[in-house]
Amino acid sequence: MNNGFSFQRTYAVARKEFLHIIRDPATLFFAIFIPVIELFMLGYAINTNVRFISTVVLNQCQTEESKRMIRMFENSQDFRVVKYVFSEEEMNWMIRSGKAKVGIKIPEDFSRQIEAKRSAQILILVDGSESSVAGEALHVSNALALQESLKQFLNDNTQFAVDARPRILFNPDTRSANFFIPGLMVVMCQMMAIMLSANAIVREKEKGTLEQLFMTPVKAGELILGKLIPYLVLTIIEFTTILFLMWSVFQVPIHGYVMTLMMLTLPFTFSFLGMGLYISTQVNTREAAGQMAMGTMMPSIFLSGYVFPLDSMPVFFWYVAQVFPTTWLIDAARGVILRGAGFSELWLHSVILWTMGIVSFFLAAMKFRKRLS
Amino acid sequence: MPPLTIDARGVTVRFGKFTAVNNASLTVAPGEVFGLLGPNGSGKTTLIRGLCGLVPLAGGTATVLGHDVNTESERVRAQIGYMSQKFSLYEDLTTRENMDFYAGIYGLTAKQAMDREDELIALTGMGPYMDQYAGRLSGGWKQRLALLCALLHRPRLIFLDEPTAGIDPVARRDLWNLLFRLSAEGISLVVTTHYMDEAERCARVGYIYMANLLAVGTPRELKEMPGVTPPGTRWLEIYDLNTAGLLEKLRKIPAIQQATIFGQSIHALVEKDRSLAELGLENVKVVDAEPSLEDVFVTISRAQAAKI
Repeated sequence: MNNGFSFQRTYAVARKEFLHIIRDPATLFFAIFIPVIELFMLGYAINTNVRFISTVVLNQCQTEESKRMIRMFENSQDFRVVKYVFSEEEMNWMIRSGKAKVGIKIPEDFSRQIEAKRSAQILILVDGSESSVAGEALHVSNALALQESLKQFLNDNTQFAVDARPRILFNPDTRSANFFIPGLMVVMCQMMAIMLSANAIVREKEKGTLEQLFMTPVKAGELILGKLIPYLVLTIIEFTTILFLMWSVFQVPIHGYVMTLMMLTLPFTFSFLGMGLYISTQVNTREAAGQMAMGTMMPSIFLSGYVFPLDSMPVFFWYVAQVFPTTWLIDAARGVILRGAGFSELWLHSVILWTMGIVSFFLAAMKFRKRLS
Repeated sequence: MPPLTIDARGVTVRFGKFTAVNNASLTVAPGEVFGLLGPNGSGKTTLIRGLCGLVPLAGGTATVLGHDVNTESERVRAQIGYMSQKFSLYEDLTTRENMDFYAGIYGLTAKQAMDREDELIALTGMGPYMDQYAGRLSGGWKQRLALLCALLHRPRLIFLDEPTAGIDPVARRDLWNLLFRLSAEGISLVVTTHYMDEAERCARVGYIYMANLLAVGTPRELKEMPGVTPPGTRWLEIYDLNTAGLLEKLRKIPAIQQATIFGQSIHALVEKDRSLAELGLENVKVVDAEPSLEDVFVTISRAQAAKI
């Protein structure tokens, strides 16, 4: 090697790659608009907080007490009575047909049992096909029953022995947007980085331009770096766009420093650019590259804590999840945005993400260099 | 005498167990136009790649522009131009953008790039197409652009892998005129082709068949190779209106070893001592001829195939 790394050659590659991006509106559209559309979809449509579960009521008692009981269910705002029915068949049908998720049956002897200081039963039927709805319904109806029972026991003056006063930190309204959008931002960055870079070398293979490049003095490192710089820029732009929309449209407050987040996003992006590049060296068509990129992305989306909380995963998968850079950046993003975390809290994330980024990038570069000769 | 541009001795390239180029030796002098011929898959492209240092040599040595291709392939690549058999520039970039990219890759300064681009635009007449997307250019112009990009860094040697495949005759002639102008400037050219007329234009020709470089020399030297006209035989050119019918007949005569149609005539390799009557050629016009390059390649390919 007569001369080392050349910035000029790297720049030439980067400029060319940038031109490819702006000449290919489909990719640009895919890269910029799809994430924004998804942001709006997730921001507006999805709400994991279960509210107003459609409920059918069969009140066989029809006393003042039973009606108060039903009002209590409604006042909790977790239940919304969609219909009062007069037979069990009707109630069952409502649930089976999906018109109601919960059925409340108050038996004829409800008030009599209470007066007799015996345990009064109400039957709560819960449609278990949506686990989060079922869980919430179960949880709230138990709480209501308990509260009602305690009232029977205690005088109004008596104090509860234990009074739990939960206070939800950082996201007091438990808004879904606050939970989802930081994760979405990370997932979108991942998708873009891996998709773009998986295509980067394959496209040149398909067109035969790679062979031509091999005949020039350009080195593997220069080619790779030159190709990745525009994608890195694009990914950062996307990240910033989502961040801005999150803050301005969805009013998710950013409690930490954006710079902190950027410093963690940079190595994260590198790790996926590296992965995409690795894919690029393995396959020969863009279709295959797309498939492989998808295959790599899916597990890291599902296991990263983006949708399903990490803490409720089986131990094995919890460990698997730690392998994905996505897991670390999602956690860090929520930390910075919602909890105002800084480097003192996120130093481990930082170390891990930088390590992953550098290792993945160099593995890809080495693999590529090997294929080159 | 100036040093040779290419000095390859016993070059061998293997992919695993498969030998793609076997013991090939050739030289190319400065300013020489060297033609490399052979069937598809015979090893032409691999030989070129070996000479560029792109694939390691399993045996032999090759010095290109004074640098050993095995140890100094980067230096070699910095001084050669390469034009591949399919158009391998960026179709979504304009002519100018393609040129700027290669100028950057070859390390030209902005000033150098501008001067050289102007020079090459004047040489190739690319001027009116500078802002067109490369993908929209016609075949001939695409080839010119590819050549132009390969010339930006003033290489002293250019490899052209089937540069004229699939372009029209006018563009083909223009391209060859351009190549000869480069050759006159002292640039060596190694051109692979399937066209015999192009082979005839080359100063020297190499013929590669099933990984073996069977012959290297001027077209004249190749035609005079002893194997092409075995002792006791001679080449005839036979003219007849019904060449196809005549060929049928001639192929049945044992004393005629080979017969092929060339336009209005038949090229035949016949036993020397036979009279025209014995050859069944009494009523047609017959002249003594020299073998064409195609005759040469067909004959030596058959001889080689018979050996294996």
